[in-house]
Amino acid sequence: MESVTTPSITELRKTPLNAVHRRLGAKMVNFGGWDMPVEYPTTGGLVAEHKAVRSSVGVCDVSHMGDIRIRSGRTQGGALSAVQHLSMNDASKLAIGQAHYSAMLYPEGTFVDDVIVHRLGEDDYLLVINAGTREKDVSWVRENTKGFDCVVEDFSDAYTQLAIQGPRALELLQKLTDANLGVIKNYWFTHGTVCGLKNILIARTGYTGEDGFEIYVPSDLATSEMVWNKVMDAGSEFGIIPCGLGARNTLRLEAKMALYGHEISDNINVWESGLDRYCKMEKGDFIGRAALERAKTAGLTRALVGLEMVDRGIARDEYCCCDESGEVIGVVTSGSPSPTLCKNIALAYVPPTMTALGTPIYVQIRTQKCKAQVVATPFYKRPKKTVAPQAAANV
Amino acid sequence: MAYPANYRYTKEHEWVDVKGDVAAIGITDYAQHELGDVVFVELPKVGSKIEAGKTFGTVESVKAVSDIYAPASGEVVEANEVLHNTPEKINTDPHGAGWLIKVRLANSAEIKSLMDAAAYEAYIASQSKEASA
Repeated sequence: MESVTTPSITELRKTPLNAVHRRLGAKMVNFGGWDMPVEYPTTGGLVAEHKAVRSSVGVCDVSHMGDIRIRSGRTQGGALSAVQHLSMNDASKLAIGQAHYSAMLYPEGTFVDDVIVHRLGEDDYLLVINAGTREKDVSWVRENTKGFDCVVEDFSDAYTQLAIQGPRALELLQKLTDANLGVIKNYWFTHGTVCGLKNILIARTGYTGEDGFEIYVPSDLATSEMVWNKVMDAGSEFGIIPCGLGARNTLRLEAKMALYGHEISDNINVWESGLDRYCKMEKGDFIGRAALERAKTAGLTRALVGLEMVDRGIARDEYCCCDESGEVIGVVTSGSPSPTLCKNIALAYVPPTMTALGTPIYVQIRTQKCKAQVVATPFYKRPKKTVAPQAAANV
Repeated sequence: MAYPANYRYTKEHEWVDVKGDVAAIGITDYAQHELGDVVFVELPKVGSKIEAGKTFGTVESVKAVSDIYAPASGEVVEANEVLHNTPEKINTDPHGAGWLIKVRLANSAEIKSLMDAAAYEAYIASQSKEASA
């Protein structure tokens, strides 16, 4: 057997919770230059971690994510103009306390990175960005906001970010905060006291397709470990377990959430990725808009689809897709067994003529072409809140 | 988990249990631990030939794909078909019920070049040291 895990090299970056992960016996991997837990074999293992988030609650250290704050200078609205120029979604629609999914684009209409834009105040925005693209993103934002009256600050190392995810996440976190979590809508946030720490950003966001929260606490070691331990203690009655990046990946894949370098990259444009609904062409100009206008006229050459394996075999990232005659027609961007569905699923780019549900696609797995078919996405959608028995009886 | 003293081991973390001219082959406890929950196994057909040092099958966890290398050459006489439906046996009993294939050895001398249990344990200890350095 040969291990495919990336060998650890020196000088990997560490989150403030690195020692905690190692004490828990996590299997650590190099993730975009970061020494991160991929799973915790002694407390769960990837599948158990995935199931904990779907059925109850799990916690994931996502402090490697970056944070860029953009505030107006002297001109009111300077920050908004800058964000509107950088990001494809319409930030003018954001109320204070609201966040949305968006992306920063190159002039070619392809992706610099996907981001969550939070409107912290009247003239104050926080962009949460990916770990592997942090330096690139920060320079990109600095470079492309020069013409705007705004202040750009890199807060990436200021926060320890914890994702508390799952149907019991609210109950758990409510034990640790005075903020009324029940009134926070999906993709909204508030500030409140968490574990005795004042003014903590609490966002109802996540990357799992499940209900949950992300909290941003000061990144010093003592505070980070204190909050981690309190979350674990408060979660023990719900069977909380720590979740590694392995479970985070299978959770986001089931929910069809894009991963930079896979479904989106500097080589894939917005229309191809299917993220149209987060791209507001009518809001005015932004970087990448002109190219997207042209791309729309030219038409698509490939589109992202969900696949389910019909034959035995697991489609993996970068495997080739073929048509019935064996001709290569596309590529898998993410593929894995789905712990929730107990099926082997994948996302793949294929010609737009092959996106109809049920279309057979053949994935080249080592020496064999294994049959798959196009299926509806997301692969997993969380059940709607349970209706009270009385109300259900009346339906 | 103890490494059976009568088995031989490879640097790629396969084990071999020789009985007469037939050898059972599997992956070691160290290997299954590195891999995580096994969800898929691909094994060669009975009657096919495997060649020492070449891959003959695949074991996959949710996260990773691992090629399995033949510790010795020979003809496959049995494949552990139950693994298709219960691949987790590789995690729970890697040195027993989680065996992969049985092979009629072409050249039993090949086995002699493999590590014994003590040498293999020293080898994985040195590997873990390297990983944590």
